[in-house]
Formats: sequence, structure tokens, C-alpha cells
Amino acid sequence: MSRRKGVYAAKVKRATHMLFFKRHMKPGVKGWELHKSLGADYPKVLDVLDDYLKNLDLQVKIVFEEGEKLHGEKPTVDELDKARFYATLRGDLTPKEAKMIGWRVDDLAGLAVTVSYIISKRGQASRKDVEDLLAEKIPGWKVGLNLDRYVRYGYLTEDENGLVYLDWRTRAEVDQKALIDTLLSVEKQSQLSTETKEQDGEEESADEAREELNES
Amino acid sequence: MQAQKSAKRDAKKGREKLQRIVAMLTAIEAHQVDPFTLNVDEILQVVREYFPEWKKTEDLTLDAETIHHLASVIKQQSEWVKSRSNSLYTDPFLLEEKINQTGKERMLAIFLHAWRPIVELEQISIRSLIEAMRYWQTLVPLSERWKELAPGEVATGVVSRDELVKQRILGDKIFSEELEQFWQELKTAVEQKGENGKMRYWDFIGADTYERTVERAFFTSFLITYGYATLEIHPLEELMFIKAFDKPQTKARIEQVVSVPIAVTCDDWQKWKRGEME
Repeated sequence: MSRRKGVYAAKVKRATHMLFFKRHMKPGVKGWELHKSLGADYPKVLDVLDDYLKNLDLQVKIVFEEGEKLHGEKPTVDELDKARFYATLRGDLTPKEAKMIGWRVDDLAGLAVTVSYIISKRGQASRKDVEDLLAEKIPGWKVGLNLDRYVRYGYLTEDENGLVYLDWRTRAEVDQKALIDTLLSVEKQSQLSTETKEQDGEEESADEAREELNES
Repeated sequence: MQAQKSAKRDAKKGREKLQRIVAMLTAIEAHQVDPFTLNVDEILQVVREYFPEWKKTEDLTLDAETIHHLASVIKQQSEWVKSRSNSLYTDPFLLEEKINQTGKERMLAIFLHAWRPIVELEQISIRSLIEAMRYWQTLVPLSERWKELAPGEVATGVVSRDELVKQRILGDKIFSEELEQFWQELKTAVEQKGENGKMRYWDFIGADTYERTVERAFFTSFLITYGYATLEIHPLEELMFIKAFDKPQTKARIEQVVSVPIAVTCDDWQKWKRGEME
């Protein structure tokens, strides 16, 4: 192995440690921390790591302070230093897998509705409206608990006026454009087919609720 | 004579037209009017038409003001177009309708298509375990540590405000007044010694004595907390600047408030005195 390759391999290792293991209260690393630890060529190191992670269905995700970069727009060094870097999943999870990482179908669907609704309201909505919307399909006693959980995990943030906003985790984990595009392209036909599935799913949800009550 | 009168009349008319245009542009800037109701070419034509008439400074200022407001409205127009053309912009009603129509399972499938959960691990390693063990071995038992810290018994009593001032626990002015005065001092310092409306944090808090420096750092922290000033931190270069606001700011909770611990040690103060903080 050439010396240069060796240096890069060591930097990729260090970058992996920094990205995968939580160093602060929140996961992820700030660009300037990587800059300090890996040197000025840290974007290149992360490119190599990202390439490597492809095989594992993972990726290095950059969340810029000023929001998403337009396609093809190259970030400046300053923007990269201020951005936050995460290791995230690259592909899609199946509903079964989502359940395996600790999410109930109802809770995740509730999160999907909440996030989409807040996006539709241009980034902020009243908690009461979100609660009413969720209460249409989720038992009332669970709505408040779920919203509190989304806030606790960092998907949402709430202010003293009862308004909820998207928070850091949504910005890091949810491809908002893909979510909205897919939601808008939902055909009536596919809905009809899912409605029937939903009836089957309701039995499952009832089991889950029973399970949850037993746990508590 | 006749020509002079007519030129005067034209200038007056032009002035009125420009004032009307400025009023309209200001309304657009204040989001009271749709920016696209404006005919930019027409306005430029008016500005061009009357420009040769302007001889006085105030007329030329009005002309410049019109162009300035016009540029700002054009910027607003471009931002509007950018926002609408942004791929995330969709009709909120349409989106809401879709959310209401879409079933729970389908919604979940859509979300899973856009959800990329963060990989985060909290795991102990052999190395950190060994380090933790070493720390534990050198850690003095609580009973001994508490012995050192045990305070002696002190008789309680009443202290007057004057006595507190004498002991330098309280200042002799009301805190808010002192803060207000400190804010003015910051504004003047930034104006005189700063660049681009900001100055080095240490250049502001630094004083002849270490005690005075700590006191200034203490007041500065309140200026920042209460929204009279803000910090600009460049972590990589390890630079810190302070900026004064013209009016106290009260930020909405959209932006998360963060605490920045700043150590003001005697070593740092000495470094600053020797000019090594550059």
C-alpha cells in the first residue's frame, strides 16, 4: 500500500468512528470538527467513505445550515464547515424492518402525516391542528404521546405559542422532496387497493394497541 | 423666462411622480402589494425622463432612492420566482387533500421511501473501559472529598445593600442601568475599533486588571442573553467576535438558543495583554 493510500485509509477509519459513534447529545459531526481532525481534504475522505458505505446500503449525509443545496450547486468550504454530517441509510426500509428498529406502524404513519402536513403549511402548524388530523386515524389517547415522542426524538420542535416546526432530525433523515413528490403522485387506484389492505392492517394495529396496554 | 417656468413645473411634476413610485415600492417591500403588479420598464422610463432635470442634491437623492427601492423589489420578485420554481413548492391545499385521502399503510410506504434514519451507536470499547477503570482507581472516595468541601458553620445575619456594595458583591447602580450603559459602550467600541459592525470579543472585554476583565465578561454575557448583542464564532480559526444590535432582539423559538461557555482565565488575559490573542 502506498503511503498516500495508507494515510487515507487511516483518515477514513477516523471519519467512520466520528460519524457512527455519538460524540454529543445529538448524533452526527460538524464539518469543522472533521476539518480539525482529518485536515482540509476531509470532503475527499468522506467521498471515499461514502463510496465504501454504498455496498452496505449506507451513506454520508450532509445537512447544510441554510437548507438543501440545489442539484449541481457546489458547497463552499465555509458552508461545509458549518454543515452537519451523518451516517444514514441509503436505500428504503421495508415496513417490517421499520418495526424491527422500534417503530410501530401507527407511530411511523403518524410521523409521516405530521411531517407532510407541516411541510404543506410551509414549515409550521399549530399543534392542535396536527392533533386533530392524527386523531382521525390514531386513537385519541395516543396522539399526544406520539407528538411528544416526535418532539423528544428531534423530528419536531414546539414553541410556547403551540406551534410545531420540523426539527434537526427531520432535516437529516427525511428527503422532503421525495416525500412530497411521492405523496402527490399517489393515484386513487392505488389508494383503493391499500384501503383493503388497511382493513387487514387494522386488526394488526388492534393487536399492537392491546400489546402496548399490557406493557404499560 | 417662460422656458424656466416650464422646467420648474416639469421638475415639480417629476418629483411628485418619483415620490409616488417610492411609496408604491415601499408598500411592495412591506409585502402589502404583489411585487408583480409593478411595471419595471415604465418606472425606469419615468426615472430616465426626469433625470436631466435634477440639479439639486435632494432631487438626486430622491432619484437614487427610487432606483434603490426598485432594485430591492426586483430582488423580491426574483426570490418569489425562485421559491415557486423550487421543487418543494406545492399547493398547500392540494397537499393537505392528499394527506387526508391517503390511507395509513400507503402513507407509511410513502414515508419509508423518503426516510433515511441516522445510524448512531452508543457502545463501550475495551479502551474506554480501561480508561474508566483507571479513572475509578484514582477517584478519591466521596467521604474524603466531602470532608474537604465541608463548610464551617456560619452564623446567619442580615446584610444591607450598602454593605453588599462595599464588599463588591453588588454594584452601586441598578443592574439594568449598568447593562444599558455597557451596551452603549459596546456600540461605541464597535464603531471605533470594529470592522463590519463587529469586533474581537477579547478586545472588548479585555481591561487593565484581570478582575475588571472578568466583570466585563460577566456583563457581556448578559448583553448576549438579553439580545443586546450576539457572538460570531469561527471554531476552526478559534476566533470570536461580538456584534452589537441597534435594538434588543427577541428571537422566536424557530431558531434554537445555544449556550456558549467561554473561559476567561488569567492565562488568557495575560496573553491578551501581551497581544498574543491575535
